[in-house]
Amino acid sequence: MNAKNWPLFEVFIRSKNGLSHKHVGSLHAADPAMALENARDVYCRRNEGVSIWVVPSDSITASDPGDAEELYEPAKDKIYRHPTFYSIPDEIGHM
Amino acid sequence: MGDNALILGQRLSEWCGHGPILEQDIALTNISLDLIGQARLWLSLAGQVEGQGRDEDRLAFFRDASEFRHLNLCEQPNGHWGTTILRQFLFDAFHLPLLEQLCKVENEQISGIALKSVKEVRYHLRWSSEWVIRLGDGTPESHLKMEEALRDVWPYAGEALQPNSLDEQLEIHAAPYNLNQVSELWWSTVQNVFSQANLEAPARTWAPQKGREGIHTERLGFILAEMQFLPRAYPDAQW
Repeated sequence: MNAKNWPLFEVFIRSKNGLSHKHVGSLHAADPAMALENARDVYCRRNEGVSIWVVPSDSITASDPGDAEELYEPAKDKIYRHPTFYSIPDEIGHM
Repeated sequence: MGDNALILGQRLSEWCGHGPILEQDIALTNISLDLIGQARLWLSLAGQVEGQGRDEDRLAFFRDASEFRHLNLCEQPNGHWGTTILRQFLFDAFHLPLLEQLCKVENEQISGIALKSVKEVRYHLRWSSEWVIRLGDGTPESHLKMEEALRDVWPYAGEALQPNSLDEQLEIHAAPYNLNQVSELWWSTVQNVFSQANLEAPARTWAPQKGREGIHTERLGFILAEMQFLPRAYPDAQW
């Protein structure tokens, strides 16, 4: 087994219960089990998390930065989609 | 306990920057730092119990080879990756059941250190076991290298399991400390992992080692020369 051939994994960490997993970086590992341990060793050295996900990088389908114009621009002038026009009753508290 | 952690931690730190891949370099350095952290706690306690004003640093950096009480397994050279893995596994498989017993002793200073360390060591054993299995049951080359590592490291494994007068004292004064039970757990872990790793455990005949009585192999002098140089050359140096 050659380090150059080890597949890449993306690492997601939940920093505390109630929050969602957040992408923190990537690493190389021979298989998912090793990826999980590597993630613990590389990304959880400073008390960063309570839960780890690792995902093979090639399982992720990503948008093309070149498509930014058609994907994101149209939303820019549609400010009415932001729920800032509604007043929230005090009892609701923080949303 | 403190010297085992200190010397093995120092040995492992030699890998820092030289691991086969970045991820494993960090994994090993983490283990090294865990062990050095444990060494600090044990040596501080030892200095306190001794009551002659020696702190952790005094004990770590100003004792000579014959005053160290670790298992000679801990000072054996890193060799190749497989040697380091196997030495680590054989130590972890002993370290964990020992700490599990020390978690239950009455002395709260001892059980406190053990309770903190046991969580770290549980992970060390998981990590080293997995690597023994990966390499032993890996490619023909990795299997061969593990057999080679076995020849180098195995003879030193048994020292941990052979009782000396200190163990007799501990068995009387520090229940539930019982070296026989540790030894049995060690053996069952070794058999279990080796069978998954397609490795055959050699006979349990050991080279007579007396590291715990201060009789070490020639390797220790080199470790101390490196580890102790700075505080001895500059005794007032501050971090």
